[in-house]
Amino acid sequence: MIATQETIDATAAIFDDLRCQKNTSLDNLLETPDGRRILSCIQCGTCAGTCPYGEHMDYPPRRIINMLQRGLIDEVFRSDSMLRCVSCYACMAKCPRNIRLSDVLLPLVKEQTLIHLTEMPAELQKSLQNTLRYGNPMGESSRKRAAWTATAGVPVPTIGEKGGVADILWFVECYTSYYARGQDNSRATARLFHALGLDFAILGNEEKCAGDCGQLTWESGLFETLTDYNMVVFGKYKFKRLVTGDPHAFNAFRIRYPLFGFDYPVDHTTPLLHGHLDRLKPMLKKKLDCTVTYHDSCCLGRRAGCYEPPRELLRAIPGVKLVEMTHNRVNAICCGGGGGGMWLDTFFKAKGMERLSERRIREAIRTGADVLAVSCPYEISRFEDALKTVGHDKPIVVRDVVELLADSLGD
Amino acid sequence: MNIVVLLKMVPDTVEELNVGADGRSLDAEFLRYKLGDPDEHAIEQALLLKEKHGGTVTLVALDAPEVDDVLFTALAKGADRAIKLTGAESPPGTPVLAQAVAACVRGVWNPLPADTLILCGSYAIDDLEGELAPWLATAFEIPLAMVVAGVQIEDGGRKAVVTREFFGGLRGEFELDLPAILGIQSAEKPPRYVPIAKVRAAMKSARIDSQAAELPEPPAGLELGRMAKPEAAGHAQMLEGDPDKVADQIIEVLAQQSLI
Repeated sequence: MIATQETIDATAAIFDDLRCQKNTSLDNLLETPDGRRILSCIQCGTCAGTCPYGEHMDYPPRRIINMLQRGLIDEVFRSDSMLRCVSCYACMAKCPRNIRLSDVLLPLVKEQTLIHLTEMPAELQKSLQNTLRYGNPMGESSRKRAAWTATAGVPVPTIGEKGGVADILWFVECYTSYYARGQDNSRATARLFHALGLDFAILGNEEKCAGDCGQLTWESGLFETLTDYNMVVFGKYKFKRLVTGDPHAFNAFRIRYPLFGFDYPVDHTTPLLHGHLDRLKPMLKKKLDCTVTYHDSCCLGRRAGCYEPPRELLRAIPGVKLVEMTHNRVNAICCGGGGGGMWLDTFFKAKGMERLSERRIREAIRTGADVLAVSCPYEISRFEDALKTVGHDKPIVVRDVVELLADSLGD
Repeated sequence: MNIVVLLKMVPDTVEELNVGADGRSLDAEFLRYKLGDPDEHAIEQALLLKEKHGGTVTLVALDAPEVDDVLFTALAKGADRAIKLTGAESPPGTPVLAQAVAACVRGVWNPLPADTLILCGSYAIDDLEGELAPWLATAFEIPLAMVVAGVQIEDGGRKAVVTREFFGGLRGEFELDLPAILGIQSAEKPPRYVPIAKVRAAMKSARIDSQAAELPEPPAGLELGRMAKPEAAGHAQMLEGDPDKVADQIIEVLAQQSLI
């Protein structure tokens, strides 16, 4: 099924109308509005068919719904089948009944899977423990979170330094704070914000992982610990909106944080910059002369319906020729990093599963593009790693949209 | 079985360690404490034994920053009781810690039940020689095995058969009569994950027993004179330029060192 922009917008609107419910469990799910929608499932199997790892699951989404309807859901979470879910929203975006699989049902099953696992994949366990202790999955010191700002080239104030007040609170997030190639994204974002004269500030070392909607809602205790912490920090300051360059954090703030009292407008840097395109375009003076293909991130694309803004930003860069991969927009193939997938590569490999980032990078290579543009910090590391193992004759590099925009700034 | 696990918080090396103003201790300003890896394995081994043979797991730890989190996490994993020894102003040396722990254990069980197994980590980053377990074995006058990587209980809880690791991949099996003390190097399985929701629930429902620690004067022996950061003796040399030139430079360096 190739969706049109109209159907995407309509789908996104339907999902956004529905609020997640805080105390939903597998026991009471069928009594909620989401559950009643699940009961309307026609077992068409579109979800299982579109799932990138569906063929590796004992219980793909269609079967999970069937087991739930028959009161056999225990069997599902006593298997490790759900660990293969990378929270890519493909099943939910394609469901003809608009069943909120990735938002509601799958995280609940995954949470129970985690509780019943006899042995947790070691890398995933470490990342969860690190996130609890240090506020980031890589286990870096929380006191070094804002260290990247020293290399930003432009001032990046903390909101504390600005007297606790700013128009935009920029929630930087983990990979963009600590991971060397992720910091390139942060430096580029800072330069763009400065060029546009935006009034922004970051939390600095006070910030802790937002709790990725995909990864952490199935570790509900960890998610709530992080939410409790971040909500207290937000409460100390005055800001009009929250902006983040991480679509996972964007997702968490849009979908889950409102359950904990969060009511700030929230935006991702890509659509935010798109909103300033009229002012930004004249500043993009440096010709980049390259062919670019854009990878839609799951949380920004399928979940938020933001497909055109990143493409329009890329087209605004002089010398950029945009080409599309076979699977694009709602049909984009996930990089495999969501839903804890960032820390499950060893597990997937042990199960004989292909890395989704490798499947995706082959498509990017086939376009003949010089650059694979992305809008999610997970994707830089995943695709750069995939390029190391997938053969390609013509060089191709992975760059975030904001990195390309900053490269083109004529300053 | 009566399983007792002794836990010891150690400085977290993720944070930068600095020498304090007295020149003999770590600067406490940015110091964070965590449980050492061998202690995590001691908890896991205790839980595995409890699951196999029944009984109770009692945790004993000296008070330290973040120790409550560690104890509640272990309670959420399945430990039955947690005792926290309070009153030490700064981390005491291993002999004093051993005496404090021994006094606490004697306060609960005197004499030790015949099926008692005391576990602790076989070393800690501030006790690399692993002196804690030997000090405790001396205090209780019970058998000791160190660097243990596997425990079987036999003879209806009267005997432990333990696997010890040696250099070069060599392993040996040893029999000990219980009660005994084991310095755990690694549990038979990696330390389990406990969902944070369970830890949060344990924080609400479980209890940590606080007791004043009996802290004797440190015995005469080695005294810490000065603490210093390691000084860099040399630096890596980065070779830059095009690959051919770098290759020539590498050959030159290797030749200079008489390696080729």
